[in-house]
Amino acid sequence: MTVTRTGPLPGDPDAVYDVVVVGAGVVGSAIARALARHPLRVALVEAANDVGDGTSKANTAILHTGFDALPGTLEARLVREGYRLLSAYAQETGIPVEPLGALLVAWDEEQRATLPRLAEKAERNGHRTTRLLTAAELRVREPHLGPGALAALEVPGESVVCPWTTTLAYATQAVRSGVELHLNCRVEKVRPGDPYHRLVTRRGVLRTRHLVNACGLHADAFDALVGREDFTVTPRRGQLLVFDKFARDLVRHILLPVPGPLGKGVLIAPTVYGNVMLGPTAEDLDDKTATGTTAEGLAGLREQGGRILPALLDEEVTAVYAGLRAATGQEDYRIAAHPGLRYVTVGGIRSTGLTASLAIAEHVRGLLADCGLDPGPERPLARLRMPNLGEAFPRPYRDARLIAREPDFGSIVCHCERVTRGEIRAALTSTIPPGGLDGLRRRTRARGGRCQGHYCSAEVRAVFEEYGEGAR
Amino acid sequence: MNRTVDVLVVGAGPAGLAAAGRLAALGAGRVEVLEREPAAGGVPRHCARPGFGADARGRPLDGPAYARRSVRAALRAGATVRTGVSATGWAGPLTLDVTAPTGLERVRARAVVLATGARERPRSARLVPGSRPAGVMTTGELQRLVLRFGARPEPIGRRAVVVGGDPVARNAVRTLRAAGVEVVAVVTERAARRVVFGSVPVLTGAVVTELLGRGRLTGVTVRGGDGRTNRHTLRCDTVVFTGDWIPDHELARAGGLPLAPGTRGPATDGAFRTAVPGVFAVGNLLRGVEPAVVAAAEGRAAAAAVLDLLAGHPWPDGGVPVRAAGPLRWVTPGLLGPVAAPLLVRSERRLVRPVLTVTQDGAPLRRERVSGSLVPWRSVRLAQSWTDGVDLGGGPVVVAAEE
Ligand SMILES: Cc1cc2nc3c(=O)[nH]c(=O)nc-3n(C[C@H](O)[C@H](O)[C@H](O)COP(=O)(O)OP(=O)(O)OC[C@H]3O[C@@H](n4cnc5c(N)ncnc54)[C@H](O)[C@@H]3O)c2cc1C
Ligand SMILES: Cc1cc2nc3c(=O)[nH]c(=O)nc-3n(C[C@H](O)[C@H](O)[C@H](O)COP(=O)(O)OP(=O)(O)OC[C@H]3O[C@@H](n4cnc5c(N)ncnc54)[C@H](O)[C@@H]3O)c2cc1C
Repeated sequence: MTVTRTGPLPGDPDAVYDVVVVGAGVVGSAIARALARHPLRVALVEAANDVGDGTSKANTAILHTGFDALPGTLEARLVREGYRLLSAYAQETGIPVEPLGALLVAWDEEQRATLPRLAEKAERNGHRTTRLLTAAELRVREPHLGPGALAALEVPGESVVCPWTTTLAYATQAVRSGVELHLNCRVEKVRPGDPYHRLVTRRGVLRTRHLVNACGLHADAFDALVGREDFTVTPRRGQLLVFDKFARDLVRHILLPVPGPLGKGVLIAPTVYGNVMLGPTAEDLDDKTATGTTAEGLAGLREQGGRILPALLDEEVTAVYAGLRAATGQEDYRIAAHPGLRYVTVGGIRSTGLTASLAIAEHVRGLLADCGLDPGPERPLARLRMPNLGEAFPRPYRDARLIAREPDFGSIVCHCERVTRGEIRAALTSTIPPGGLDGLRRRTRARGGRCQGHYCSAEVRAVFEEYGEGAR
Repeated sequence: MNRTVDVLVVGAGPAGLAAAGRLAALGAGRVEVLEREPAAGGVPRHCARPGFGADARGRPLDGPAYARRSVRAALRAGATVRTGVSATGWAGPLTLDVTAPTGLERVRARAVVLATGARERPRSARLVPGSRPAGVMTTGELQRLVLRFGARPEPIGRRAVVVGGDPVARNAVRTLRAAGVEVVAVVTERAARRVVFGSVPVLTGAVVTELLGRGRLTGVTVRGGDGRTNRHTLRCDTVVFTGDWIPDHELARAGGLPLAPGTRGPATDGAFRTAVPGVFAVGNLLRGVEPAVVAAAEGRAAAAAVLDLLAGHPWPDGGVPVRAAGPLRWVTPGLLGPVAAPLLVRSERRLVRPVLTVTQDGAPLRRERVSGSLVPWRSVRLAQSWTDGVDLGGGPVVVAAEE
């Protein structure tokens, strides 16, 4: 198993990879995992010091059924397939998913009039289980809704999922199945060639026959490195508020806005960690690093959220953050194979990439074959079971047998999120250990709760230094 | 494992330890204190400087010494103090679920005393916009980091900005300087004319409007201060958000105890009884930070009502609600029962020689000009005579202030 973070790239400098996947977000990691089914030499190369450190760590964490996709697009198909694949994969590997179902709530006559059309669209996308709810039926399902909700479309199956565990699961399984993961390894130049391309990084040169661009927001910049200019990525920022766990009782479904002429509006959804999330905004920017929140953004969210669920605003806020969607001016993904270059671009994976990830990976596997990759026979992937971060499933601090076997699982370090020393230790000694405290948070939730480290940060850091970088 | 004790105290800070010590000394039976931290003593353990009164010979006590003394006193009185043990929820009205390295337990008690303390609101809860770099913390986090790692720049940085104007901001400044960190400025919303933090520049009437930096903090944007209304940037790699307390009411809320709106702590009567029979609440859990001796005194004072309960006295129900109005932020206790109690009052802003009033159903009960001024970072205590004449069958009692 190879995971590197520093130093010159290991191995024989003359060796050539069959495929290098650039970008270890949820999409690149899924692609690497798909390729790991075959006896290929594959590398997953990432600029950041951890997997899933780009858009994949900061989204609304919904596993979409795809009921509202634009029928006939590639995105519509891959979201639908991705939903099915990821639901099954989550079951198998322990990624927390809660199928709460969604309600599209209509707040005015115009929105109410839209609901039947949305139901038809859902049907065209293969979803026949939607149902129109009257105001009274809606009240029973969501008693804390603000005044003025007129009706709703119920979409069973829409789910909430843990985005962090998902990316980590793909990457971990890929690495355990033989993929080499190189972090802190931005690809700065590409020298296309035959029979192989040379990828120049600060840590050395990688040679590969086939190349996959899964660079998210930077997919256009990476395309430019191989001389292609097919689209431009415009970051569309989404700011979000995460409310305290005490807000969790206020909402039972994913409350989606009815899309209308005035933009998409914000949603309110439970998280698998037991919180409630409000957002996102939609702001077109030109800075691909602008993941900050703004006073106006947060105030606007509170105003909109307060109309949907007034009691929400009385609860404390646990976290604020923002993510950037990779918009390309087209209502579809920008996935393209360039057989002459033995190169596949996976761009424009806008606001559904988490859901579609496994289907995108299968699609890309096919495109690579079109580019001349002979993958060889299929073989089973390494088995995988991820630690559970979801509130709806058993957590170690309540597991008497586990604690009896390993007392560290009875030693709570992060009190707000009830993260034990055993879980932190396990994360720090796992296949892909976190490179820092933020990566540790995404693997365990430590320091991610209501006190944001007031109580636990010193202790978490101490354990990190005991088992983490210092120990490696 | 299921066990039963007479009194279960959650939290071994000054308040919980004082309650446990007094109860054990007065023969309450088996009194057990649960503490989730590896050592007992509460917040003072992390306050490595004088300011916690004096010992018997008049020598000033620092936080750790005060904490040790509190623990020793509770143990000597016969209480059991268990550390590394977290109360995680309720399994019944007086039964707590507990997680410890030794295993899970369900502890039943005849009385439960919650003494879980308070914390400072972090940056996110204050809705401070910007990026999410390392180097953003509260005073509590800062103190723990310094205690654990000393003057290492990685956790605590080299140049810090302190946000807030309460005494705890002073603590943050002192802690930073003792750790060799340069304090660039104190930023406080307060418009006070003279706020002095030694040689540290103070920006009054100013707010932090944005955090900057990726990976590590590189600065904060500030609006206002020293007459300037424009935004400007202070370069720093650490920012400490101080004050803005929120009671640690997780167990209280999970147990269904109603909170007092002004404090967000569980509403109690003058004898520290909550709305749930058998459950008491003391210390900072009630309203955020008061000096340790105040928290400890509440713990001791609660013992009498706990003993009453153990002796089979009925749990008085209801009580008259007490509310703060006008420029007052909160008043505790939130309920008045048959036994009169002193009131603790906080103002929203500085009030110079205000007239304090107590009214019930519009009728004045008391009206008195206080000498000196009320400040937002210190409570005033109104003797129990202030509520003489309250009608226990009447409407809410309102405490207000006029300038
Ligand atoms: C606010 C918001 C809400 C969303 N909500 C949902 C949702 O509810 N459900 C859903 O399914 N999807 C949602 N999404 C979309 C989803 O998050 C994205 O589609 C998905 O994360 C994209 O993954 P990615 O791997 O393409 O990109 P990223 O995660 O950004 O990964 C790209 C990686 O490439 C690396 N990289 C770039 N250039 C180079 C280089 N030259 N060399 C090496 N590495 C490089 C980057 O460092 C980065 O880690 C949301 C997105 C946002 C912003
Ligand atoms: C930065 C700072 C500086 C201060 N300086 C001074 C000073 O100079 N002089 C002074 O007199 N006072 C000072 N104080 C105030 C003093 O520390 C507090 O008044 C006192 O600690 C309050 O006591 P407490 O018992 O209510 O709460 P805490 O001391 O906060 O104790 C609560 C305890 O409960 C535990 N706990 C919480 N939940 C659980 C659970 N579920 N299970 C198990 N255990 C739990 C916590 O771990 C904690 O140990 C300062 C406070 C701070 C924060």
